Amino acid sequence: MLDHFCSWLEKTALSQILQNVTWAVPAVQTVHILSIGLVMSSVLMLDLRLLGWSCKDQSVTRIAARFLPVVWGTLPVLLLTGLLLILAEPARALENSAFQLKMLMLLTIVVLTLGMQRQIYTDRWDASSRAWRALFPLLSLLLWVCIVFAGRWIAYVRVH
Amino acid sequence: MLLDPQLEWLKATSIATIVRENSLFFPLIESIHVLAITLVFGTILIMDLRLIGLASRETMVKQLAQSVLPWTWAAFAIAVLSGGLLFASNAPAYAHNFYFQCKLVLIVLAGFNMSVFHLHLNPNTHRSVADRVTPRSDRIVGVTSMALWIAVIACGRWIGFTMI
Repeated sequence: MLDHFCSWLEKTALSQILQNVTWAVPAVQTVHILSIGLVMSSVLMLDLRLLGWSCKDQSVTRIAARFLPVVWGTLPVLLLTGLLLILAEPARALENSAFQLKMLMLLTIVVLTLGMQRQIYTDRWDASSRAWRALFPLLSLLLWVCIVFAGRWIAYVRVH
Repeated sequence: MLLDPQLEWLKATSIATIVRENSLFFPLIESIHVLAITLVFGTILIMDLRLIGLASRETMVKQLAQSVLPWTWAAFAIAVLSGGLLFASNAPAYAHNFYFQCKLVLIVLAGFNMSVFHLHLNPNTHRSVADRVTPRSDRIVGVTSMALWIAVIACGRWIGFTMI
């Protein structure tokens, strides 16, 4: 079924444009990577603050208020450019295990980050368990790094 | 090209051969390179936006630089190292690639722009939110830096599509 969907997608007008305009894919990929830069750096600064390794002169709430909106504001851009890249080569992405793993990890970290954000904005972060406060930033860094790796690996996993 | 014999020698070294021929190494090093450049770009952007006066205005420039720039330098070192390995794996072809040449020139220009920030603006970097107006020199350095790094990443992506 996914095969049928992919071959239908390939024949849509937008997909045809993306396949035939030579600069389209590298241009979309450039925007995608720049957006990843925004997300990764925001996540890095926030997680480092949560771990107490950086920006200790500022409160967790302040750092979260500075960087979390960047993450949420950039994710739609990533989603849009990501969708365009899928359209350009549907089977290469959708039937790719690296892509599927990437989406799973993305969903996980988005849910976890929403939980963390809620705790911070309702002043319950400091009251949460010490294990969670140490584990969340480490898990967040690990998952985001793996997401970047999985993204690059899409180009290398062979889809029949 | 002038350095062709040296580039061929580099390509023939055992480490370059491993990167080129091992099916795991190239994507692994490439992933590390992508991760590093996203952090270089993103952390520099945090500084640029502060210099332009668009974000982090409650933090002093100097203070922000102290918490952000060490990570920029660490990521930059990793980017250079991983980039060097990717380059070595096919040195002559990369060296002859137009976008690769552009990328190197742009990085040098970005470094020059950054040295303007460090050497010329440093005496003023104690500015805080109390200063309502962002100095024009700061804004020029910030905008130039953003433009240069965006171009660096675009060139990098174009290399992948123009290598024979």
